Parts: sequence; C-alpha cells; structure tokens
Amino acid sequence: MIDWIIILQAGIATGTILLFAAIGEILAERSGVMNLGVEGMMLIGAMTAYSTAVKTGHPWQGVLYAMLAAGVLALLHAVVTINFQADQVVSGLAINFVGIGLSMVLGEGLSKAGAVSLLPVWTVPLLSKIPILGPIMFTHHSPMVYLGYLLTPAVWFYINRTRPGLHLRAVGEYPSAADALGINVYGLRYLYVFIGGLLAGLAGATISLAVSPGWFSELTTGGQGWIAVGLVIFAQWNPWRAAAGGYMFGALRRLILDLQGPQTLLWFKNPFFYAPKLGFFLQMAPYVLVIIILIIGSREAMKKRMGAPAALGNPYVRGERGL
Amino acid sequence: MAVSENAARGFRFPYAIRTERRLTTPGWLPIATTIGALAVAFVIGGVVIQAAGGHPIAAYEHIVQAAFGSLGVFNDTLVKAIPLILVGLACTLAFRMKLWNIGAEGQFYLGAWGASAVVLLPILPATTPRPIMLATMAVAGFICGAVWGFIPGFLKAKLRVNEIITTLMLNYIATSWVLFWVFGSWSEAGFQMSPQFPKSAWMPRLLDYAKQVKIFSGMTLHAGLLLGLVAVVVVWFIISRSRWGYEIRLIGDNPRAAYYAGVDIIKNTVLVMMVSGGLAGLAGMSEVTGVVHRLQGAISSNYGFTGIIIAWLAKLNPFAVIVVSILFGGLIQAGREIQPSGVPRMLQGIILFCVIASDVLLKYRVRVVRK
Amino acid sequence: MPEIVNAVEMRGIVKRFPGVLANDHVDFDLRQGEVHALLGENGAGKSTLMNVLAGMYKAEEGTIFVDGKRVNFGSPRDAIAAGIGMIHQHFMLVPSQTVTENIILGLSDPRFFLPLDALDKKILALQEQYGLKVDPKAKIWQLSVGEQQRVEILKMLYRGAKVLIMDEPTAVLTPQEVDELFVTLRSMLTRGHSIVFISHKLDEVRAIANRVTVLRHGKVTAAGVTAKGATKAQLAQLMVGREVLFTVKRNPVKAGDVVLSVENVCAENDRGVPALREFGIQVRAGEIVGIAGVAGNGQSELAQVITGLRKCSCGRVVVAGDDIANQDPRSAIRRHVAHVPEDRHHVGSSPGLSLSDNLIMKSYRESPVSRGWVLNRPVIRNQSNHLKNEYDIAAPSVDVQARLLSGGNLQKAILAREMTAGPKLIIAVQPTRGLDVGAIEAVQGVLLREREKGTAILLISEELEEILSLSDRIVGIYEGRNMGELRAEEATLTEIGLMMAGTPRGDAGTR
Repeated sequence: MIDWIIILQAGIATGTILLFAAIGEILAERSGVMNLGVEGMMLIGAMTAYSTAVKTGHPWQGVLYAMLAAGVLALLHAVVTINFQADQVVSGLAINFVGIGLSMVLGEGLSKAGAVSLLPVWTVPLLSKIPILGPIMFTHHSPMVYLGYLLTPAVWFYINRTRPGLHLRAVGEYPSAADALGINVYGLRYLYVFIGGLLAGLAGATISLAVSPGWFSELTTGGQGWIAVGLVIFAQWNPWRAAAGGYMFGALRRLILDLQGPQTLLWFKNPFFYAPKLGFFLQMAPYVLVIIILIIGSREAMKKRMGAPAALGNPYVRGERGL
Repeated sequence: MAVSENAARGFRFPYAIRTERRLTTPGWLPIATTIGALAVAFVIGGVVIQAAGGHPIAAYEHIVQAAFGSLGVFNDTLVKAIPLILVGLACTLAFRMKLWNIGAEGQFYLGAWGASAVVLLPILPATTPRPIMLATMAVAGFICGAVWGFIPGFLKAKLRVNEIITTLMLNYIATSWVLFWVFGSWSEAGFQMSPQFPKSAWMPRLLDYAKQVKIFSGMTLHAGLLLGLVAVVVVWFIISRSRWGYEIRLIGDNPRAAYYAGVDIIKNTVLVMMVSGGLAGLAGMSEVTGVVHRLQGAISSNYGFTGIIIAWLAKLNPFAVIVVSILFGGLIQAGREIQPSGVPRMLQGIILFCVIASDVLLKYRVRVVRK
Repeated sequence: MPEIVNAVEMRGIVKRFPGVLANDHVDFDLRQGEVHALLGENGAGKSTLMNVLAGMYKAEEGTIFVDGKRVNFGSPRDAIAAGIGMIHQHFMLVPSQTVTENIILGLSDPRFFLPLDALDKKILALQEQYGLKVDPKAKIWQLSVGEQQRVEILKMLYRGAKVLIMDEPTAVLTPQEVDELFVTLRSMLTRGHSIVFISHKLDEVRAIANRVTVLRHGKVTAAGVTAKGATKAQLAQLMVGREVLFTVKRNPVKAGDVVLSVENVCAENDRGVPALREFGIQVRAGEIVGIAGVAGNGQSELAQVITGLRKCSCGRVVVAGDDIANQDPRSAIRRHVAHVPEDRHHVGSSPGLSLSDNLIMKSYRESPVSRGWVLNRPVIRNQSNHLKNEYDIAAPSVDVQARLLSGGNLQKAILAREMTAGPKLIIAVQPTRGLDVGAIEAVQGVLLREREKGTAILLISEELEEILSLSDRIVGIYEGRNMGELRAEEATLTEIGLMMAGTPRGDAGTR
C-alpha cells in the first residue's frame, strides 16, 4: 500500500533541499544576477559537508563549511559577472562545471568513508500531536526542515517589508536609479549572490548530512539544482511559491520510489512492479513536471504581464544608460 | 633603477591601474587572451590537484603523453574529438542566436538512439549495403536530435518558456529514455546494452584499410571525422555567407532590430534549435556507429556539456571548434587514467571560467599608469 | 539688499569620456534662490556637468564648493547629503514599486522595518506643503509622466535637497503641464530652494530662468548672463556657434494620391493599456504630415501599428490600397514602407554587427544583395561604401561595428538604408532627437528631398519647431485620439498646444 503520510513527510524533507536552493537563487536574481551554477554549488556543499563530518565528527561544522565553500564559488560568479560584465548564463554554466569537477576531485574516495555522524532528528513536542499535519510536518525531521519553515516567511517579509529588501528590489529592477540614490549596486549584488551561494551550500549539506546521507559523486544532487532554478521561474521570484513547489517536488520524488513497491495499485496490477523497466518513465516524471510547470508559469506571466526582475541578466555599468 | 627611485620617494606606490573601454579590438587579442586564460587555468588546476594529493606536473605530463605522445594515442584523441566537433558546432550555431541550448547531451542520446533504432527495431535488415545503412542511420540520428531540439525551441518561441531549463530537463529525460530501451526490449541477455550492430552499420575505420596502408593497422579513427569536417564547413557557410545566417546573427545581436527588419523570430528559433539538436544527434550517431557499435547506457563522456565549453572557447567560430575539440579530446582521452578521476571535468570548468574572465580584456584596456 | 551667497560654485571642471572631452574647464555658479538655466545643444556637456555636481560622475579636474565649503563627492549619496538633488531626464523611479517606496528608497531612516502607513501620511503632508498631488500607494507604472515627475521632485524634497537640478524637465510635458511645473518651481524659490534648469528650449529658458549659462562643445560660451537681457537670437548663436535660421526652405509640391490611410485604429501599449482609440489619419504622396503630441500619447504605437510591429484590436491600415493591419513587419517592408524608428540603438540598428550588415537589414532578401540563399558579399561591400559616401557617414570603414558610430552617423546610416529601398511611404519617428545641428540639417534635408520626389511622409516628433517647419499638415494627438488637423501655414503654437493638451480642434472656438 502507498502511505501518503510517509510520502508527504518525505516530501517535506526532500523539498527542503529545493526550498533552500530556490530561495537563495531568488535572492540573487532579485538583485539582478542570475546564477545557473546552483547544481555545482550544491554539489560542492554536499561534498564539503560530508567530508568535514567524516573528518571532524561534527555535522554542524560540516554545514558551516559547506555554506562557505559554495559561497566562495558564488563569489567567483560575482566577480566575473559584476566586475567583468561576463554573460551570466555562461558564467553560471562555468560555475557548474567547476563545482561538479572540484567536488569530484576533492570528494575522491569519500563514498567509502565509514560511519559518519549526521544531523540530529527532532520531533517537536506539542505540534507533532496535531492530526495529519503533526506527523507530516513536525515528526522525525532534521533541524533543516524547521529552518525551512522559518526561512520562507522571513525572506518574504524581508523582501517586501524591510528597508534592505526595498533596496534589493530596486537594485534588480532599476540599478541606475538605485545608484543615483546612493545605494551600492555592486556591493548589494555581491552580497546577494554570496547569500545565494550560502543557501545552495546549505541545500547541499541538507542532502549529504540529513535527507539522503552520503557522497555519491554527481548523483548526490541528481539535477536538483537545476530543478531549483526552474522553480524560481515558476515561483515568479516569490519565496512562498518556491516553498510550495519545493515540497511538491519532494513528495513526487518519494512517490516515484514508492510506486514501484506494491503489487497492486488501486484495483489494478501495478505495472511498475511487474515491468520494472517502466520505472524509467517514473524517473522522467520530475523533469517532465518541471517543463510543465514552466509552461504554466510563463503563460501566467504573459497574462498578468509580470515577470523577472527587469535588470536580470544585465551587468550594471555606471554612466551607461539602460535598465 | 625604478626600484631605487621608489625607495628614494618613500613607500608610496607610484603606479595605479586604470581601465578604459576599448573602442576596437585588434585581431590577435582574442587568441592571445585565450591562450593566456588556458595557461592560468592549468596553473589553477595544478594547485587543486596538488591540494587533493596528486602530482600536477606528473598529471599534465601524463595528459600530453597520453593524448599526443604517439600516433596511436593521437588516433584515440581524434576519435574523441569527433563527437566534440559536432556537439561544439551544435552549441556554436545556437549560441550565435543567443539560444542557450545546453541540451546537446540529451540530443546526443536521442541521436544515438535514433541511429540504433534503424538497426535494432529494425527498420533496415542487417544485410543492407553499408552506404545505405549508414546514410539512413545518419538521417535518423539527425531527425531524432532535431526532435529533441524542437521541443524547447517551440516552447521558447511560442510560449516564452526558458530554454535553458527545458533543454537541461530534456537531458535527464533522454538518458532515461535510452535506459528504458537498453534495459528492456533491446537488452542483450539482461545486460544494460544492446547487441552489437551488424558490420554494415559500422563506420569505415582506418584499420579497415590496414592491408593496403600498413601504418593504419590498429587505428580506430573512423569516417565520422569527415562528417564533422563537412559539418564545420556547412555551419561556417550558413553563419557567415547565407541569408539565413544573417538572420541568425541579427537575432543574436539584437532581436528587436531583427523583428523590425521583418525577420521571423519564431520560425528561426524553432529551426535553429532543430538544426542544433540535429548536429548533436549526428554526434550520437557517429559515436554508436564509429566507436561503440551498440547502444548502451553510458555512451557519452559528458560530450554534450563539453560542447558548450568548446563553442565558447572557440569564440563561436566553426573552424576554431576543430582545434579546441582536438585539445579537449586529448584531455578526455588522457583523463581516463588520471587520479583523482574528476580532474578532466574540473579542468574543463576552470578553463571555461578563465576564458570568460579573460574576455574582460577584450572589452577594456587595462593600463598601469604613473600616479 | 541681502548679500548674494553662491549655493554652488564649480571651478575648472574637466570630464573626459573615451574619445570625447565632455567638459573642458567649465566654471558654473548658482546663487541662492535663483533659477539658473544651463543651455546648450545635445552633447554640449550640460548633463555631464550636472552629473558631476550630483555625484554621478567624478571629474578629472576641478573643484566644487557648496555654500562656500569645498566638497568632494564620491557618490550621489554624498551630493544628496550636501543638499543637492538631481532629477534626470529619464526618471529614476522603480516602476514596480509604490510612490512611497520610491521616495524613501536609499534613505537610512527607517532603519529596518518599513512602517508604510506612517510613511504614506508623512509624504501626504509634504505634498500638501508644496502642492504636488499624487497617490502614495500607487505603483509608478500606473502614473502619468507628469505625475512621475512630481514623485521625482517629492523624492528630492523629502531628502531635504536645497539645490534641485532638473534635466530637460519639460520635454515630456504638455504646455499646460509646463505652466504648472513653473508655478511649483517658483513656489520652491520662495522657500529658499535654488534650481538648475537644463534645457535647449530658448523660450522656456527665457520664461523661467533668472540667469543663463551656455555650453558649446564642452566649453562655456556665456557665463551667468541675465536671462531677460539676452534675445532669443543671441542665445541661439551662443548655443550653436553660428547664426541659426529658424525656417527651413520648403518648395511647394502638389500632393498626389492617398498612400497611407489609417482608419479607426485601436491598439494597446506594452502595459496593456489602450494607447490608440479609433485613431484615423491620411497621408498623400508628396506631403509631410506631422503628428504633434506629448510623449506617450500613442505616437509610438501609431508608428508601430503602421509598420507591422504592433497588433491593433480594431480598424484598418491601408497602404497603397492593401489593408496591412495585424500583419508582420515584412508586409510593410514589401510595400515600400520605410521606418525611421524612435529608438535607433535598440530597434533601428544592430550594435554588434558591422555597418554594412546594418545597411542591408531591409534589402538582404532581394537580388542583388542576395542570390537565392547566399549573400552576395562583393555587392554588399560596394553598395555599403557607396551609401557611406553618399550620406556622409563618418566611419573608418563599413566593417566597423555599428555601436561605435555616433548618434548622428547612426541616424544617417538608418536613413541611408531606408531611402535606398525607394520608399513610397516614410514613417519617421523623432528623426532628429539627440543630434547636433549639422546632423539635424542633414536628416531634415533627406526628408524634404523625399517629399519632392513624391513620397508620402508621416513625421512624428516632440519638437514642435520641427513639426512646424517641415509639415504640410499638422495633426494633434492626445490619449490616442485625433484632435483635429491644421494646415502648416495657418498653424500657431497656441492652437497646437491646445490640441496636445486634449482640446479637439473646433472646440477651441466655443470655449
């Protein structure tokens, strides 16, 4: 039988990975810098977190180093796109390749490391007693999951109701206007690209130290960084929608695994049980779904005439007119 | 002299770095900065290898030896360069229009699948004469790659869906699709690979002519190289000599001006994505018919992604794609034996990064001036 | 009589851009409580000088004093802190944010949380004080241009700016809105503000300014002369360096058949707001019809609908007998409709391609520029060189990238391209905006020659002088509606101004 509670609970845990990565990317893109290197930054994060935990036995130290490592990678992107005005798409791809390659080189042999102390698992006292929601949201979750609950509203509030958030939006929408009012466009872009990196590193650490512990080279992330980038577009740069999308994808991943287990599905023979090769179509599902939600998202954007931050993708040069 | 003067004036550093925008770029500069960027990339890569416990000098020596050290290994390098040339061209064409096709990997897989389907479904019997067989496989590979390019092209043109994400997602879908066939209907005795193709579906190789030319014995270089070189000339002609290429360049530089000039952007987006996908599909076809001779799960050593780097390093010039592909072919060829195993991919990333960073020198003149 | 204190003093300002000396040892001073006009042609260095004062650019040489104290601005923030605020020609407002958010943008108070309701009240109070009304909760993109300008002024007042620099503030306003602006400015003077008024319009300068400084090619040609004391002709001569003829020689041409007939066209702008409302107009062979209107009243959309760049929701666009509404740009090109677009950098040219590639943008499909699928390189080269000489396009070669051409040369290249197709109809939008006098004369000369050849020309311009001197007939446009037409000989500025402000012709008499 398929246990929906377990699927949703696992969905929340896995979705937290996407939530961190997508919110980090939202912050960077809101400042006008697209960083397609999320996948690479997540891998570096996952590798650093795991290897630090193996060496020191302190998973939290691993989380910290993971964030810093991915943050440094993001800073490279910042230098090249903000100072050197390189194309953000190509630089992001380069960050990806560097991240993947570096984590493969530095993570060599890591997969054979023995027992590792992972992040703890918490059950929230009272809240876990709530029917349905309790077991799904507040039972046996990594602290990262609870951090995710806090991060989403906090980032939304920060962007829309605080002074630094106002500046962030201005820098991404109309940098020369922000500059004219004394807002440090370059500095803020650096800051948010860096924060995007930190959060991608956090997402990576969440994988390797909590959700699916271990180091499996490239397969550790398995394209989740790219799904996060797609989610940002679907989310219309809104953290709430990014969180919802993240949890949905998380649940889908678990559902795919569980669909192949039972012999019967509803009242029918389960085709995925009797013909395992059909499982490859299940594996395609998340990626197909990303394409579908992008189509939905762009139709919605065309209808409502909303869209990406106006200056997204454009380097800012003082004295040159334009957005 | 200068040192003593400095000392006499005290500790104030007498020079400042000034940048100013270049109005024109001399022709030699892009080549010089690219070579400089490559050098810097290898130094950075060396530092990382050292840090990871390897020996950078030995590793690089090994790469040069194992890639270009003898005729035999150079043969292997060229074999690796063939798919890279085709995939590099696929990216070059799309990038010229600022279409970010990063789905060459998936299009490669689909092309390999399409070519294999001719033999494995089968569409043509094993006894088909080789020219007809290979031509059919090439067409099938091109079409399947083109279909995989059509999907993101159409979504981009008609619904403004970001092609970066869709092409990437289609990569994952393509690998699952190929796995579905090699694990299922086309599996040989339960292994995750298809049976070997009949000889009529093998690209001619140099060693086939070893009887006539002795030096060719053991040389696995196949006719895919010719396919690649012809493709280079065709793509060059399209981009710089044809009406269509003019439209591509115009859209790539300024889509609003292109629309104003009456260029059909929707049609061109779909078409360029299809041809780009088709070229990557041809690379897949050339790999299964020229090297692997069967369809299996792992047919690409990340060729599709390497193509992106090659196109950028070649500054979107089809002829430069050949040179860069041979260089990267050597890197991939030699990298198979290097420890740690991620070195080639890391180097590729660092190279791309250094190249785009060095592009700033094409835009700005950096001068050291006296204060 | 109170002692005269200079609010701002600039001495020996030098500012270079690659290839241009924008300010060549410029001196400028602004007295407390005056409007000081900075007059000059496009490219004379007025905006550059004021950008230096506002901290946007850093001058290579020179000193600046504010209230007698020497200052050194590293950024616009420093300038604002010293009480200097600049209102740019292109408004520096974030379209997706509200009026209040834009006004408090960049300030250090409030520190973190935004008490939006309290801030709205504070801004309403400020509006009351200066008589500048605008809804604080409205998003900028929902506001009219005049309202946006008020937000810009409020933004500077909120920051306590004593010195207000206004860069071409009237370019986007109707004559009536200009009067309102002047009232606001005068009331600000009485509250102790000083104003720098950048303009190239002589009449306005004489109407509002106390003193005038004139710049030409980066140098001062008149420093702080009294505005009332100088005649228009004197100022003009100081501005352009030679005597200026305010009339253009136009030979009589007999208008022929109707070439363009726009009938009841409706269209939306990029934001989905109606921009054209049942607009109609006819242009005959051998005549120039000028469209007079304040920016943003549907002129751009009209040009786009005619040339196929924009869809219309109703009406017909008939060119030489065929309805081409809602078809693609190619159907207009095929019918020999030439289009000199408003935005020559982003629409009319492709900056990264060569000059010769830019010159074939409209003809690359036809023989002899291409044969079948293939471009004919030798023909392209010959033709480009020929056009470069004929239209006097200053460029090292035809292989140079278009982005390296100056505005005037780029416009000449665009005209060269559009005229070689042998147009039957020319849609010229702001053809001389931002050009120097020589280029303006060249561009206007081309249009007049085409008129004599019997080409129908629709001229859309915000320069009323240009419309008056080139057109045979003048049509007023307001909020996408046709406000009626005048023959050029009988047209007066007042009448055109009324149409531009939304009074249909014919109503004027009854009011």
